[in-house]
Order: sequence, then C-alpha cells, then structure tokens
Amino acid sequence: MSLPPESPANPWRVYALVFTNLRRHRWRALIGMAGISFGVAAMLTILAIISGAIGMFQRILSSDSHYLVFERNVSDLFFSSVTSAQVAALRARPDVAEAHPVLFGLVSAPGHPVVTCFGIEATDPRLGRAQWLAGERAGFGARAGEIFLGSRAAEFLGARLGAELAIGRGTFRVAGILRTENGFEDGGVFLPLPEAQAFFHRAGAASVVTVKLRDERTGGAFKVAVEAADAGLMALENREFNSTYTSFRILNFTGWAVGVCAFALGGLSVANTMLLSVFSRIREIAILRVCGFSRAQVAGLIFGEAAAVAALGVVVGCALGAALLAVLERVPQFNGYVQARVDPAVLAGIVATAFITAAGGAIYPARFASRIEPAEAMRYE
Amino acid sequence: MSDPAAAIVRARGVAKSYDSGRIPVLHEVDLTVAAGELVALWGASGSGKSTLLHLLGGLDVPDRGELEVCGLDPRREADRLTLRRRELGFVFQLHHLIPDLTVEENLRVPALAAGRPSRETGLRLRELAAQVGLAHRLSHRIQDLSGGERQRTAICRALMNRPRLLLADEPTGSLDERNGEVVFALLRDLAARHGLTVLLATHERRFAEACHRIIRVRDGRLDEIAA
Ligand SMILES: Nc1ncnc2c1ncn2[C@@H]1O[C@H](COP(=O)(O)OP(=O)(O)OP(=O)(O)O)[C@@H](O)[C@H]1O
Ligand SMILES: [Mg+2]
Repeated sequence: MSLPPESPANPWRVYALVFTNLRRHRWRALIGMAGISFGVAAMLTILAIISGAIGMFQRILSSDSHYLVFERNVSDLFFSSVTSAQVAALRARPDVAEAHPVLFGLVSAPGHPVVTCFGIEATDPRLGRAQWLAGERAGFGARAGEIFLGSRAAEFLGARLGAELAIGRGTFRVAGILRTENGFEDGGVFLPLPEAQAFFHRAGAASVVTVKLRDERTGGAFKVAVEAADAGLMALENREFNSTYTSFRILNFTGWAVGVCAFALGGLSVANTMLLSVFSRIREIAILRVCGFSRAQVAGLIFGEAAAVAALGVVVGCALGAALLAVLERVPQFNGYVQARVDPAVLAGIVATAFITAAGGAIYPARFASRIEPAEAMRYE
Repeated sequence: MSDPAAAIVRARGVAKSYDSGRIPVLHEVDLTVAAGELVALWGASGSGKSTLLHLLGGLDVPDRGELEVCGLDPRREADRLTLRRRELGFVFQLHHLIPDLTVEENLRVPALAAGRPSRETGLRLRELAAQVGLAHRLSHRIQDLSGGERQRTAICRALMNRPRLLLADEPTGSLDERNGEVVFALLRDLAARHGLTVLLATHERRFAEACHRIIRVRDGRLDEIAA
C-alpha cells in the first residue's frame, strides 16, 4: 500500500493525554486541586488584608501630600519626633505649598485599651474632607477639653455628641463625630494638636509632617535640601516610604511566610495525589513506554498533570479568596479595617508560587514514573 | 528468504539469565529473520520465548551477545526509543490496553508518543479499525469489549506507527479457540497487506504450522524445524 508523506513530529502532542488523564481521575485531580486552591485562597486573603491595611495607613499619611518628613532613624513612626521649629522651617520653604504636622498616639478608653489618636491642626485638610455627622468643623480646636471621634470609634465607644468620655487619665467632651473614608481614621479619635501634645507629654512635637509641594516635579531637590538643612530629618516620597517603612515590610513578610506555609501543605497534597496516581498506574505507564514514550515524556506527563491541577487550583483559589474577602468586608466587627486590595504583582507572585509548589510536589512522582521498567511492570497481573 | 542483507532481526550468541545468573534462560541464541517473513517461535511454557522477544524489543537487555533489529541496537536507550516509535510493534498475551480509555484513545497513544498530527492519526486508526472489523467500536471503552475485540485493538495499536516488525507474544493465548483463530488469521493477513515481518511466540502447534518458518524454543536454545 502507498504511504502518505510523513508530517513533522510534534513532541508536544503527548500532552493531550494530560487532560484525558485528569478527566479519568477526576476525584484525585480534585483533591490535588483543593490543596492548591486553599493555598491560593489563604495567601490571597492574608495578603489582600495586609495590603489593604497598609493602604489605609498610607492614605492617612499621604492624603493630599507628596512627601513625608519624619525623624531620621526611627523604627516606627509612633516614635518619630518633628519639632514645631522644624515644621515652621518646612512651611517657610518657597517650594512648599502646605505642610501638616500629625502626632500619632495610642489612647485607652473604657473597654477599649488601644485606640489610635491623631493630633492634628484645625487647618488639616482631612477635617474638611470628612463628613461631619455631628458637631462642626469650625469648632475643632476652638475650646479646650474637646475630642472628635471617627464615626466607627463613636459607635464602638457608644459616645454621642456632648458626652463625657474618659480617655486615659483625663476626661474629654465629644464635640464632633466625623465619617472618614479611611478605616484607620474612622476607628480613631482626633485631638487638636496642642491638646494631643499635652496629653502625650510631647510638647511641640509631631510624628510626621505631610508636605504638599507647589510643583511635584521639584521633589528631588526638596528632599536633598531638607535633608541637607537638617540632619535629623528624613524626607521620603510617598511611594518610597511605602517600600522602605519597616513595619510594612514586617507585615508583608509575615503575610508571605504564612502564605508559603499554606502552600507547603498544598504542595504536599499535590505530591501525595500525584504519587498515588503514579503508583496506581504503574502498568499503564509501562504500556506508554512500550508504545514509544520516552522517560522524559513520562515525566513530562506527570508534571503536566500537576501543572494542570495547579492551574485549576489557582482559578478556584482566586474565586474562593475573593468570596472570603467579600464576606470579611461585610462582617461588622471588621468594618473598615478589611479593605481588600489585590496588587497585580502580588497576584502574579501567588500564581507563581502555586505552580512552583505543584512542580515541586511532582518531582518525586515524576522521577518514579520515568524509572518504571516496562518489562518488569507488565509481568504483574 | 534468508538473504542476510535483507535481515531485519539478527541475534548472535545472545545469552540471558535472571537473578544474577542463577536462572539461566537463553543460551547462545542465534537468529536471523528476513524482511517479510512470518516466523513462529514455538515452545513450551517457560522455554524463553517471551524473554527473547523482550530482548529484541528492547524491553530487557541481554547478558552478552549481539543484537540488531531494523538496523538498530535494542541494547541502547536511544535506539530503543526509535525502535518503539518507528520500527516495531508489540502484541502481548494480555492485551495491555488502558481499560478506561476508548478504543480510539488507546490507538492514539503510539501516535502521541511519536508526535504525529492528530488528523493523520485519525485517518490511520480508522483504516486499521476497519481492517480488523472494529470500525463501529472506536468510541467504546476497552472494558466494554470482548477478549477478541481487545486483542484486535491491541494489534491495531501495534500497527499505528507503521512498523516494519511485529513482535507477537502469544497473542491468542488468552482467547478461546475460535477467537484465537480469528486473531491469528488477522495477524497473517495484516502482515501480508502491510508488508510486515512477524515474530510470533506460541505454544500452539497449529499456529506455528501456519507460519513461513518454525523455530523451536527448548530450554533457552533455538533450532529450526521444517515448516
Ligand atoms: N524477571 C524474571 N526473574 C526471574 N525469572 C524470570 C524472569 N522472567 C522470566 N523468568 C524465567 O525465565 C524463564 C523463561 O520465561 P519466559 O517468560 O521467557 O518463558 P515463555 O517461553 O515465554 O513461557 P510462557 O509460554 O509461559 O509465556 C521462566 O522459567 C521464567 O520463570
Ligand atoms: Mg511468555
């Protein structure tokens, strides 16, 4: 008989079997996929919450500003101290449009040992941006002994306008309740800067100064000039601050560490299911070898199955994570604190981790499978 | 028929033992098979027929001796791969198909290994299935087929990549008399039609006698008897 001309061989065709095999071993594939998807969901949720929290904190700092100025060499902004003279010097600069000092502190209220307190000036733009539910902005800093609450803080402290509130050793009268977009601010309390400085015994000090420039493009020169003029200060562009601030880095690192542990379990589940799958197919793999599969093709098949399982796991895990975040955002206790924010780079990292884990889990099964000797394996009956 | 130039199988002084020499199976075996021949390896159970076929097909390596199959050396891993993908097909006593795949999926396996295009493979498998009377069974799973149908599927699979040589190890061994005869007749017809060389291991005299040559296998030694 006459043979048609041979077409070029395509070594990738083997991988058609990957999908056939997943279909045949659905349950096994599902178990492996579940392992990966839990890892993806856990990592997604943790990192989204962390980056949401970081984002909120960043927005407190960077509202309407370009640069943050704070004390050089402090481990946390709560310990940073910028003097009123230094604030005045910043304001006097021709390239500075606005500079707003903020003093961070932690205060205790009955039943709530840790409440964030922001000491700000009456001219601070965040007071203007907020929605005043009670009291009025003009009253901020007008009288002594008054405190202003974020709407969520007002809720959990059960305080209304005009109520007397015990904060630390003092007592303040609630003179305003304002809703801010930012979860941290909304769950905190505001004091006029001088009151805050007195309360925290930090006369004349601010934690940071948020600086808005007249022309953002002169930022480089601004930074150099500020740091040259005052060796005790550091000026960072908001973006730069976010990537160098130690507390953010610790949070992020923790997120990835927990996520990677979740993945290690996912990887074990892939290793386990792939190994089972190879053990139960020893004869079948021997048949593939007799039919012309090379050792590498057999190994590739196992890796291919693991990769397909990982791909499914990523899709399901993302859906799971998104659902979890949507639920968390609606839980009243978390209200405002969870602002799920998924950075594309983080997502890419999660996807890469999923595939690396699955590939790692498939190494031993693939090695085992590629070493199956057809003659021996087929003798079993 | 035994023009050495056209020899497709050549074995010289091949010996094989198991369990590090404690179980000698083949002793100084010489064998030459020419292209187009249908040769029976006829012998009792345990005489070494399967062992010899495994050595020729590269499923196992001899302790010593020279082997040449289709111009390749089955003792070398790289040659083995070429042999299995292009030059030879195996049929075993047990069909060794993948039970929960369909006939078509099983037939596609060798083509996948060789990286052949899907459309070409589809044409080839339909052609072969028609020749063995399985055209209507392509979408059925192996576990739903009869023993005879499974063995016919196994034969088609062995022929998917257009081999020159077919190594058939008791292909009728697990079938009843009638189905055994059908499968044997099919093998012989296909061999003639596709210009195949066939080495058939069998302990059944009637099948051996229907071959071109009979090589008697006894205690791991070969001797040719007149057909
Ligand atoms: N892996 C092995 N380890 C030990 N002994 C083996 C092995 N493979 C085969 N043998 C022995 O080698 C001898 C020849 O076996 P082989 O399978 O070649 O015989 P055969 O002629 O094909 O027999 P049958 O007709 O039963 O298939 C037998 O005694 C068998 O027990
Ligand atoms: Mg045998």
